[in-house]
Amino acid sequence: MAKVLMKGNEAIGAAAIKAGCKYFFGYPITPQNEIPEYMSKEMPKNDGVFLQAESEVSAINMVYGAAGAGARVMTSSSSPGIALKQEGITYIAGAELPAVIVNIVRGGPGLGGIQPAQSDYNQVTRGGGNGDYKLLTYAPANLQEMVDLVQEAFDLADFYRNPVMVVGDGMIGQMMEPIEFKDIQSGKTLPEKDWATTGTKGARKPNIINSLALDPQDLEDHNVRLQAKYNTMKRDEVRFEEYNMENAEVVCVAYGTTSRIVKNAIDALKEEGINVGLIRPITLWPFPMKPFAELPESAKGILTVEMSMGQMIDDVKIANEGRLPVEFYGRSGGMIPEPDAIKDKIREMVGGAK
Amino acid sequence: MSVVFKKTQGLVDKETHYCPGCTHGIIHRITAEVLEELGVLGESIGVAPVGCAVLAYEYFNCDMHEAAHGRAPAVATGIKRVFPEKVVFTYQGDGDLASIGTAEAVHVAHRGEKITTIFVNNAIYGMTGGQMAPTTLIGQKATTSPLGRTVDHSGMPLKVSEMFATIHGAAYIARVSVDTPANVRKAKKAIKEAFQCQIDGKGFSMVEVLSTCPTNWGMTPMDSLTWLRDNMMPYYPMGNFRRPEEDK
Repeated sequence: MAKVLMKGNEAIGAAAIKAGCKYFFGYPITPQNEIPEYMSKEMPKNDGVFLQAESEVSAINMVYGAAGAGARVMTSSSSPGIALKQEGITYIAGAELPAVIVNIVRGGPGLGGIQPAQSDYNQVTRGGGNGDYKLLTYAPANLQEMVDLVQEAFDLADFYRNPVMVVGDGMIGQMMEPIEFKDIQSGKTLPEKDWATTGTKGARKPNIINSLALDPQDLEDHNVRLQAKYNTMKRDEVRFEEYNMENAEVVCVAYGTTSRIVKNAIDALKEEGINVGLIRPITLWPFPMKPFAELPESAKGILTVEMSMGQMIDDVKIANEGRLPVEFYGRSGGMIPEPDAIKDKIREMVGGAK
Repeated sequence: MSVVFKKTQGLVDKETHYCPGCTHGIIHRITAEVLEELGVLGESIGVAPVGCAVLAYEYFNCDMHEAAHGRAPAVATGIKRVFPEKVVFTYQGDGDLASIGTAEAVHVAHRGEKITTIFVNNAIYGMTGGQMAPTTLIGQKATTSPLGRTVDHSGMPLKVSEMFATIHGAAYIARVSVDTPANVRKAKKAIKEAFQCQIDGKGFSMVEVLSTCPTNWGMTPMDSLTWLRDNMMPYYPMGNFRRPEEDK
């Protein structure tokens, strides 16, 4: 299929429709408005339903209802809106329903700003809502990867009966890039949705979608089952990219669009004779631990680069297990890291002059 | 020998957890009877609230979905949009619908969502132990209004049916009571009309049912019924507040 030039947010909508998403419940918030706008235009043409809810809280609960009815369903929002959706997300995870949630991250805290940021790392990887639950969380770095992952996310949600979050910073949502819509196959055999609320037709016992378990032993058993599922995800779903790791003196860790800026810095430093590698987590949860156990002998330090005041760095430190010193460079509030500033930080780490 | 009364197929064979004298059991029964009599039980999906009826999903003999506090109308909207031909209902109390879930309840009516809401108003938070609700009457004591509700501190009790009667998408709004056998029959008739309204695709329908809470009111079941008649009915008058033909 030929490549098309599309804006990130619209491409997310197109990818979801291609993946068979039939229901979208949303609420306006910048910088993700093109997703609901695109869905309002395209869903009816594709035998689907778009509905603008009265709030993010309501939108995610509509997702909860539609997912319980067995539908392929999605919602999108941005940081403060995702905070409101956390109530519904924990219910969806607790009731073990599939759904895809897109978060086009803006700066915080509070109302924050509307420019790109990565300061939702903790919100998207630490649950956000109450209880012991996890979301498969993808952080694409370009629009091609974004549409591929959005398409695959629906299969993964169905396979695990778990919500899947796709995280893009504002840049991913707003930039335009050429994209090829491929037939993405997850390779997973998807289970029948025989648990869905489709009406008994008098032919079976009622299906019940629920996250309440008043008996402590029942609730613990449920949590143990959920944890086993999350452990399977940790085993089978970790994704990351490594770049220029051979003989790297410093290993950078960055995700999303920040990783592209870091790659620029790495390429420039290579010409100066400084070898710098990159570990780019594609899944923020489960976080890629393995590459940190296999760092090259040449590595003297790790540099985490984020568009936040330092959130992923906690996971980097856990994965590093104290092997190497871990440094941080970040910008926040919608400010974007400059390649020169990253290069200066790396030169400082390898002991050279600025 | 002819059968004059039998248990409805709309409820499963399970003992409910409701307190003695509580009217939830009656409201469950007449709702279930209506679903059975309309022949839609196998095509129905109910949404349970948070509150005393949180376990309603264990009692109704149809597919059920347990929602977060106040969010039943949003969950029901999601289900109904997936299955426009099926019968979708919410069963909510006054803390759930008239307090934490006012946005979801108002907007499900505002969109004219073709679902039916059974709204049980007992003027108090039951499950959490008798706190003041938006529907608690002036002077009524609750664990968070120990000296009795005052207008100055908490405003006048919210008249939900009257408020919903101003919403165009609400096709059928009625307030009933289950304090006497005659009123139980009228309540069942209203619930049947509400579901019929949904089946006919006319819009959102809601039946507010005045209900008792002997446990948290601190009264016997009989005294509770008297209290309901003497105190709730004058402030929350029974009747039809909106019918499908209005505003059309």
